Amino acid sequence: MKTARLNPARQSWVIFTGRYLRELYRQPTVIFLALLQPIIWLLLFGALFKEVAKIPGFGTGNYITYLTPGVVIMTAIFGSSWTGMSYIEDMQTGVLDRFLTAPVSRTALTVAMLAYQAVTTIVQSAIIIAIGWAIGASFPGGWAGILALTGVSVLIALAMAGLSNAFGLLTRQREALIGASTTLVLPLTFLSGAFLSLTLVPHWIADVARFNPVNWAASAGRLAVAGHAAWGTVGSYAGFLAIAAVITALAATRAFRTYQRAL
Amino acid sequence: MTSAVEAAGLRKAYGKKGDVVQALDGLSFSVRAGAMHALLGPNGAGKTTTVRILTTLSRPDEGQASVAGLDVLAQPGKVRSVIGAVSQHSGAVGLLTGAENLALQGGLYGLHGRGLRNRTAELLDAFGLADAANRQAKTYSGGMRRRLDIATVLVHRPSVLFLDEPTTGLDPQGRADLWAVLTKLAAAGTTIVVTTHYLEEADQYADRIGIVDRGKIVAEGTADDLKAALHGDSVVLELDGHDLAERAEKVLAGVPHVASAAADGALVRARVDDGPRALPSVLAGLEAGSIPVRSVTVARPSLDDVYLHYAGRSFLQAERIPV
Repeated sequence: MKTARLNPARQSWVIFTGRYLRELYRQPTVIFLALLQPIIWLLLFGALFKEVAKIPGFGTGNYITYLTPGVVIMTAIFGSSWTGMSYIEDMQTGVLDRFLTAPVSRTALTVAMLAYQAVTTIVQSAIIIAIGWAIGASFPGGWAGILALTGVSVLIALAMAGLSNAFGLLTRQREALIGASTTLVLPLTFLSGAFLSLTLVPHWIADVARFNPVNWAASAGRLAVAGHAAWGTVGSYAGFLAIAAVITALAATRAFRTYQRAL
Repeated sequence: MTSAVEAAGLRKAYGKKGDVVQALDGLSFSVRAGAMHALLGPNGAGKTTTVRILTTLSRPDEGQASVAGLDVLAQPGKVRSVIGAVSQHSGAVGLLTGAENLALQGGLYGLHGRGLRNRTAELLDAFGLADAANRQAKTYSGGMRRRLDIATVLVHRPSVLFLDEPTTGLDPQGRADLWAVLTKLAAAGTTIVVTTHYLEEADQYADRIGIVDRGKIVAEGTADDLKAALHGDSVVLELDGHDLAERAEKVLAGVPHVASAAADGALVRARVDDGPRALPSVLAGLEAGSIPVRSVTVARPSLDDVYLHYAGRSFLQAERIPV
């Protein structure tokens, strides 16, 4: 037999990641909307809260500079909160069963989805940062700061994607995932410092935000691009985010077992 | 000859306490290597659950199963590398082309480079998809999709192929084409386990048939064996309406050589040992009862009769009222 000179499980995640990217490439409308959305956020919130940055205690006088990292993080969690939809679609079309009857490890399926999410988040973040810069944001932290912002946006995207995948596998219902995603993502975004400095919001929101991974990502990203050299804080936020990402990835992998037991 | 598939005492229940559906209730069967084996039964009989267990997608509550000599429960990974499984749904990634779908599957089995390209081209050719190779699978017709599904799971030359209701949703031509493909594969030595709820398909194409009802195999054998085991023929009489048919049913119950009779609309089916020999007394009995007969046919038992005999209800009835 010609098969299996390479350990199939080791490389199958690469094959799956390629599949997801190719599917995305074949849907230009999806790509267009994914890029249009953050542009709208930047312009809309930028105009809406323009004067807010002048309030003392805001830190930076330029709201676009404040907003850009927030929109990077928000876009990362919006996109990744839908990844579970791919599993639901694959279940309904029989594609998932085909993969599960091939010698593919369940970990490879999870890793592929996360790798895909990482790639799209990096591209998306880079484009948003470029647009932010074009409309007046400044990044005193330089390339290191931009890299760190992109890094934390990937981490929060992975954490969210793992959650979405696990939820998709467990509920096996489009509507349930749409409901959960919209219920979770907007509050998490607004209960963070993504759009407004936490010094300006009610105390309870600031308290909640301390435990909100979206706020960890937004804060770490903003500190990094601001160049205050608070690398210790950035690093510990990134560490928490990495732990969250690992936990949700394990949950997603375990959810395969539950999925198979249920059917 | 060794058996390629072995299932013993499979039991599986779905649902929570108070609302439990016993999908499998001690299902056992075995398939000879190289045979085309049909699992025939109405919707809800347990065919899909059986296939899901044998293809490692699901685990039974009780029982054992092996495929190609490998224990399905203990060595699912090894089983996966020797089987191909086509589920009821397509299984093709719609946004990928036919060739890409095949290449993806081949990659999962470690094929790459020229070996993968050759195998992909060979399969596309063999399944009449060469012209559509570079079109996205979502543009394929139902029949093409089915052929792609089968080509896809053959990429690693599995020794046992499982297909769950592969002809559902296909037009008659598509169904005939698909069976031609399967017959060819079986002739080349692949063991095939196929589920269907089309009696005539199992009758025509399968080497052996296992009749599944309420989570069990209720009868097994070749189509001819199953029919011969019924010992007898059916005499089907057409009458002028249901009332006459019901009267005929009563009259026939008292006629010698008639084992049983059942009215079904304007028809009456009588089971007899030997059709041609019983016919005169059947007709004489009806004439004595002044029941005019419009037509009469003597038939060898059909699989429908076999199903009726073993499951205690007609196949159509079972399809209408799922268990």
